Amino acid sequence: MTISEKILAHASGKEYVRPGDIVDAKVDMAMINEITGPLAIQMFKRIGLEKVWDDQRIVLVLDHQVPADSVKSAELHKIMRMFAKEQSIPYLYDVGDGGICHQVMVERGHVRPGELIVGADSHTCTYGALGAFATGIGSTEMAAVFATGKIWLKVPSTIRINVTGSFMELVTPKDLILNVIGKVGADGAIYKAVEFTGPTISAMNISGRLTLCNMAVEMGAKTGIIEPDEKTVQYVRERTDKQFKIFRSDPDAKYERTLEFDVSNLEPMIACPHSVDNVKLVKEVEGVKIDQAFLGSCTNGRLEDLEIAARILRGRRVKKGVRMLVTPASSEVYLEALRGGILEVFVRAGAYVCNPTCGACFGGHMGLLAAGEVCVSSSNRNFIGRMGSPEAEIYLASPATVAASAVEGKITDPRRFLEA
Amino acid sequence: MRVSGKAVKYGDNINTDIIIPSKYLTSLDPNELAKHAMEGIDPDFPRKAKEGVIIVAGRNFGCGSSREQAPIALKYAGVKCIVAESFARIFYRNSINIGLPVLEAPGVSGMVEDGDKLTIILDDGEILNETSGKVIKANKLPEFILEIIRDGGLIEHLIKSLRGGRVEV
Repeated sequence: MTISEKILAHASGKEYVRPGDIVDAKVDMAMINEITGPLAIQMFKRIGLEKVWDDQRIVLVLDHQVPADSVKSAELHKIMRMFAKEQSIPYLYDVGDGGICHQVMVERGHVRPGELIVGADSHTCTYGALGAFATGIGSTEMAAVFATGKIWLKVPSTIRINVTGSFMELVTPKDLILNVIGKVGADGAIYKAVEFTGPTISAMNISGRLTLCNMAVEMGAKTGIIEPDEKTVQYVRERTDKQFKIFRSDPDAKYERTLEFDVSNLEPMIACPHSVDNVKLVKEVEGVKIDQAFLGSCTNGRLEDLEIAARILRGRRVKKGVRMLVTPASSEVYLEALRGGILEVFVRAGAYVCNPTCGACFGGHMGLLAAGEVCVSSSNRNFIGRMGSPEAEIYLASPATVAASAVEGKITDPRRFLEA
Repeated sequence: MRVSGKAVKYGDNINTDIIIPSKYLTSLDPNELAKHAMEGIDPDFPRKAKEGVIIVAGRNFGCGSSREQAPIALKYAGVKCIVAESFARIFYRNSINIGLPVLEAPGVSGMVEDGDKLTIILDDGEILNETSGKVIKANKLPEFILEIIRDGGLIEHLIKSLRGGRVEV
């Protein structure tokens, strides 16, 4: 069995499962944010049960529109706080206390290898980077999980992405995942698990692995997943003392197919409007003028992402007429970036450092685009209207490409900034 | 279960930001959401859908976010059923969970024109194109999913099951 099959077998009390089986699985952790949560809470109340199945296994995060940008948002936040209180759920990450839900989940030790985790947000698949099986669900389904602690799932077949080689300087895991999505297509992995394997993945830090698994949903996948190793165990151990079980794919595990990628010659990649699989080399679209550069999101708002952008921005200025927004993924990331002097680099460069939030990526608030504007973004979706006006254009790229483009005022290959 | 209506056709990769842009997600009112359904590519959709329509789409319908507001907006705008070559999985589950029938029918795009009158027999997974006279075979939904749809959604289904003592809580 693959790691995904093993986790689903374990969660449903079975010795063995195979792709296509429908299992009734026990959920280890369930997460909601203030966009999907209030509806889940409303639905849970309609069921008529007083108490959730387990108040220690639910996490509530306020992240999409924080601090509240309107009375309506404030009301949603209030519903979340009241529910946590009513249900005695200790894990409520309020304004200033957490950050983007997916970063909070991994950073605060709510994700452990071998667990089955559901979140009412499509990027829940991010947690596969720690060897959990994690997938996004809707609000009504979450209400049923709150009531029963269970969910029916179809065991997915697995596509293996085997990666070899070392990245060139200023080429990052984001460039790899964009390359993969360009090859697999926006619907190439619907209903399936995507497992990343190979020496490049073993050598990659947790931050990069999170970026890979985060974008698995952009090819339609149910989850992205990576076998836990020493780095995973160390990362998790630093954050929780809860026990966990490590699952690994058997050497004879059956994959639907295996795709080989060698990153040795991989160049910076970019997803062009209006689809995540419309992927080109950055150098093919160099020169496209930009109005906004966005660095942040659950895809690329971690310390490593801010660091690589700061490397390019140090001692330079964001081009006049361009605005650059930086939103660290969480308060923890914010604090580390503050301590390391990275935030100062951004401010001195003329970038605008915002509070941790989904904000501009989600098109909710803080940094929306006007008609005809162009944004280069380190986030995960470039759909029509995603970041504001349906007549705006979004290019998705790595933090390095975002920073290089901000300096030049046009889409730019970050390798132009390599020190000679 | 049978549903009928005129077909409204869309292409591939219709994502949730198109179906309901994020700026409307602060509303919990389904009728308010319905006013903005498909605003991203077809602002006229709420008017068209009023009489009760069936969406016929290409591959990967509903890709993107987990927002259940997407199928809710469509349902309250007047969509009776969505037939697509394939669906994004979260949207697919969300639709079933709110009692909006969804059917996967490979090849359907080529067999339906915008405005065709369709009747769908959900239990058999069959689509009758009354305009062209063609019968299109869809992937039949498993019985337990049909049951959820018949009950009107997952919550109603769960309430019924809890009363019947079939679900351990």
